Amino acid sequence: MVGANTRGCELAKSYQATRTAPSPDSAVVRGPGEVEVRLRVNGQDRTMMIEPRVSLLDALRDRLELTGTKKGCNQGACGACTVWVDRRRVLACLTLAISCESREITTVEALSEGDTLHPMQQAFLDCDAFQCGYCTPGQLMSAVALLDEGHAGDDDEIREWMSGNICRCAAYPHIRAAIRRVRDEQGGGRASH
Amino acid sequence: MRPISYSRVSDVATAIGTVTADPDSAFLAGGTTQVDLLRIYVEQPRRLVDINDLPLNRVEELPDGGLRIGGLARMSDVAEDPAVLRRYPVVSEALLLGASPQLRHMATVAGNLMQRVRCSYFRDTEASCNKRAPGTGCAAMEGVNRGHAVLGTSDCCIATHPSDLGVALQALDAVVQTEGPAGPRSIPIDDFYLLPGTTPEREHPLDHGELVTGIDLPPLPVAATSRYTKIRDRESYEFALAAVAVAMSVVGGRIAEIRLALGGVATKPWRARAAERELDGAPATVESFTRAAEAEMAGAVSHGMNAFKIELGKRTIVRALEEMAQREGTA
Amino acid sequence: MSPAIGATLNRVDGRFKVRGESRYSAEVSVPNLTHAVVVNAKIASGRITSIDTTEAERAEGVLAVFTHRNLNRVATVPRLLPSLAGLAAPGQTFFPMQDETIHYGGQPVAIVVADTIERADHAGTLIRIEYETRPPITLVDQAREQAYVPERIFGGLLPGHGSRGDVAKALAEAEVCVDATFRFAPNHHNPIEPGASTAVWDDVDRLTVYDSTQGPSAVQFTLAELLGLPPISIRVVSHAVGGSFGSKAMVWHHPALAALAARQVGRPVRLVLTREQMFTSCGHREEQEQRITIGAGADGRITALRHHKLSLTSPFDDWAEPSLQSAAVAYVNPNYEGIYHLVRGNTITPTFMRAPGEASGMFALECAMDELAERIGIDPLELRMRNYSDTDPESGKPWSSSGLRECFQRAAELFGWHDRDPRPGSRREGQWLIGSGLASALYPVTQPVNPQRARARLYNDGTAVIEAGVSEFGTGVFTAMTQVAADALGLPPERVRFVGGSSDLPNITAAVGSAGTSAVGSAVHLAACELRDQLIRRAVGDDHSPLHGSDPSRVEVRDGKMVLRDRPDVGETYADLMHRTMTPDVEVLGTWNPPPQDAGYGVHTFGAQMAEVAVDADLGVVRVRRMVGVFAPGRVLNRKTAHSQLMGGMLWGLGQALLEATRMDPRMGRWANASLADYLVPVNADAPDVVVDTVEMPDEKVNPIGIKGVGEIGVVGAAAAIANAVHHATGRRQYELPITLEKLL
Repeated sequence: MVGANTRGCELAKSYQATRTAPSPDSAVVRGPGEVEVRLRVNGQDRTMMIEPRVSLLDALRDRLELTGTKKGCNQGACGACTVWVDRRRVLACLTLAISCESREITTVEALSEGDTLHPMQQAFLDCDAFQCGYCTPGQLMSAVALLDEGHAGDDDEIREWMSGNICRCAAYPHIRAAIRRVRDEQGGGRASH
Repeated sequence: MRPISYSRVSDVATAIGTVTADPDSAFLAGGTTQVDLLRIYVEQPRRLVDINDLPLNRVEELPDGGLRIGGLARMSDVAEDPAVLRRYPVVSEALLLGASPQLRHMATVAGNLMQRVRCSYFRDTEASCNKRAPGTGCAAMEGVNRGHAVLGTSDCCIATHPSDLGVALQALDAVVQTEGPAGPRSIPIDDFYLLPGTTPEREHPLDHGELVTGIDLPPLPVAATSRYTKIRDRESYEFALAAVAVAMSVVGGRIAEIRLALGGVATKPWRARAAERELDGAPATVESFTRAAEAEMAGAVSHGMNAFKIELGKRTIVRALEEMAQREGTA
Repeated sequence: MSPAIGATLNRVDGRFKVRGESRYSAEVSVPNLTHAVVVNAKIASGRITSIDTTEAERAEGVLAVFTHRNLNRVATVPRLLPSLAGLAAPGQTFFPMQDETIHYGGQPVAIVVADTIERADHAGTLIRIEYETRPPITLVDQAREQAYVPERIFGGLLPGHGSRGDVAKALAEAEVCVDATFRFAPNHHNPIEPGASTAVWDDVDRLTVYDSTQGPSAVQFTLAELLGLPPISIRVVSHAVGGSFGSKAMVWHHPALAALAARQVGRPVRLVLTREQMFTSCGHREEQEQRITIGAGADGRITALRHHKLSLTSPFDDWAEPSLQSAAVAYVNPNYEGIYHLVRGNTITPTFMRAPGEASGMFALECAMDELAERIGIDPLELRMRNYSDTDPESGKPWSSSGLRECFQRAAELFGWHDRDPRPGSRREGQWLIGSGLASALYPVTQPVNPQRARARLYNDGTAVIEAGVSEFGTGVFTAMTQVAADALGLPPERVRFVGGSSDLPNITAAVGSAGTSAVGSAVHLAACELRDQLIRRAVGDDHSPLHGSDPSRVEVRDGKMVLRDRPDVGETYADLMHRTMTPDVEVLGTWNPPPQDAGYGVHTFGAQMAEVAVDADLGVVRVRRMVGVFAPGRVLNRKTAHSQLMGGMLWGLGQALLEATRMDPRMGRWANASLADYLVPVNADAPDVVVDTVEMPDEKVNPIGIKGVGEIGVVGAAAAIANAVHHATGRRQYELPITLEKLL
């Protein structure tokens, strides 16, 4: 059985190309002390001295003073720290800042165009899709991404695909209403960022 | 989190060589398990080797008609891959019923297979846990163990394996491809997961520095009629209390082919071979399904709060098979 | 100009929140900041025998490590008094790190201060602590036989027992009797913003604390006593608070620990609780058991109610959430006995958690009522109506306002209650058994006991700023206050700015017990009215004013213009008057003296809850399909934000009913699921669409703006409606929360 499958493996081209004997430990080691880390955040290049263990979340909040991204659990269980890395929604608390060099980071602070709110921000405001507001930046970053991903077809889909963002005030029905509104305004499909 | 150093590598050989040479190092891929466990001091590598730049993130056709999923392919990409959706829907469903959209964008399929257990005593460095600190005992045996396993347990460990993907792969006889200091290996998924036995700290037959490069899905027509059923308290964003991966074909009212695996109830993604034996060739009826469920769960052992999982496991099996049969019937 | 009150104004702080610009307490920019991490006891009972901080002190970036040996002592620990009293309000009468004794798991034993959060956290793990351990008591079942009846509970505010009539006799003579015991898992608030304090000493006796709290002045007064400083030395700022639900209603240890550490290291200190610490640092809803016995006639009329509660409290305080109070007055009820029984255990003192007491006590009552209705064979709604009481059954006084019947009538229409087939298990859709249930909601109208103040200042361009020391933790109070002031001043809301969130502002009691908006709203209303009246008086007394000589009582203000009510063409604007008289601004301090609690009325808020559930016939999974809640909360200041709060409360009831349980490992005396991955709160997929409506009955007997509060009533009865719906779906009664699937297998 193993043999049969190994044959398949051998024929897979891309692996042929990468398969070589292990190299010695030749990788550049950075840290554990502070090292210079360059991040591209909201279209700007930012440089900071941080230890490799610093999460993207703490780098944004404590080093760059971009406190719109929130810390709710610091273990990937609430979604308050949702940001985009290379335009995909991810959790900043489980991401090391140093691993984001050469990637494009987008936070809630970049949603508005100047003083003009993003349609999703306006919809959250109009639909009262939040109360205390602490989970809201994460909800917004998820909601905008959700439309881009094409997972806002109906309410059931929105519910499931927004379930990675806990709102303890339980504004969920209003969050869905806000997302529906933007979806419908923008032609039922995809929202622009 | 302890101080850590960081290296980023861009080819497989360097990745393997670097981690192999440094016993205190570990791979960093999606980070959803690694960073979480580093932060609570359960995992303690001193160096992370970032492998996200390795070219292992594609889903590719295999010459034998199967599919290879790159080890670094993200859960969300694999779940929406057209070939996976068409030929192995159970894989897509298992992925989409796991974690949250954000985590699925981050986590790799290899990392998903390698994720650690959610037992709260494993995650609590002050509690006794044979998996985290061999020989210290198992606090879960008589503790808060509602989520713990009833199949594949030992006197040393009853932690449930949390992966949904692993369960789907068990049903499909997937093969895990690795590369390590000793070269490439192909490991059948069932062998990729070790039962806790007396060595619960050892979960996979991998060497230090050995990298999961891919997962091969064999050519398997029956997998086109497959599905994943997941039962949990919360409607979403939660690990399974019981889960069933099933691929089945019914011909003339009888089960022509059956593949069944369980999640949420066992210490590893669990191939339900006893149930499969009962079902093979049997009429596709609730009676057969029930008999199969009874057979599979006959050896289950509970530890107090998780006693319900034996019955829940049976009923989830029956439910999954019923729904599969209905779909087959109407197809 | 249409009135602002009742309008659906968007949140005035909403724009900042959706842009990520609101600064919560851990986000205030402070130069020279350091980070503190608390290390918690891993045992639940015993004492520290040795503590070695050498390695931690040597770790990179560490400025100081504090333990009971070197942390400065607190001056005094104030008595536990609910923060509604307006005084110091510690969460418990124990303050940690004063000696080596460990009373509960998670008790703070050390603090590390370092230049970064990562370094502080890691250094905390380098502290070596040895303990002498005693077996802890952390479950009611471990010490049931040691239960006692406290003289008073809830910080001394409520009696530990009460009775009227002869309950034993009435129960013996009752034609129908329902006797049921309910068990409740402990619950934790889990606001998404953890507790956070940033302490900055500007001088040896000048402290500013940015704190996540429901009551800046409560923190100020508590810190003053703990630190031995006069209140003038302490300023507490709370610009935005990321939810609380009671976890920030009392003042817990972290602001004081941050202040003590900051004073000793000589730099500002930020202390943010971790999610895990949120389970051991700011109280919880206690594990409890309630036995209810209802005696009734064959017609369902209640003749007797006995309600006993047994719960776990701390070694320090006689705390029980007041589960018996609302249940005691919900219905006609001539013979009554309510008794709290407490067991002391190794726990932090439990605390308020949204609808503290009512969420559990009304669950027990309303499930028992459902059983009574079934026993007698009448509709559960009809049973409530038959037992409706026009008066407070305890005092015999009339309700200041009720609305219960109107709420049920409206809810029944919205829900379609009367189409229901009453037989349990009568409706099935595929695998799903469908059921519906209802419950009454009651929540007491509590009042602050001290004067409430707000300041109103009008500038000569006709804009006004209103100030009061209340914090905004999601209630929408800043928005509602803008509306209240706008209406009183006769200005559009966009010309009014409300400022809150600091103890330097006019003193307002902590916003707790659904009394926050009425307290601050009454003060704002009075301040704004007085300001308006001053300007009207000035106008009618001014030779140059078109209103000169008019009767002030005939003058009103529309859109910033003072006009005669019956001749709106005659008048002038505030701005005209002030410019002419060279007045830059006019300012008034408004003071509201709350009425005494026994003012000749029974005061409660009422509502009706209905829920439809689907129960998987084989797998026991319960999903709530829809919820309808209709409430009579007095006047509604802002329909949008008020309905949001009520909806949130109802979905809290869903969590309480089906998901929320903190699970204790009694061997270690610690919670075994202290995380948001393991303590399950509802996610979006769990939340059905919720229909909320209000029956508006402005109640000016309780306060000048006629409101009763919406923060908690939405929770009350929601879990009972769900449990009753589960029974209707399956025929199985539920006596334990949460209703997890194994109970229905």
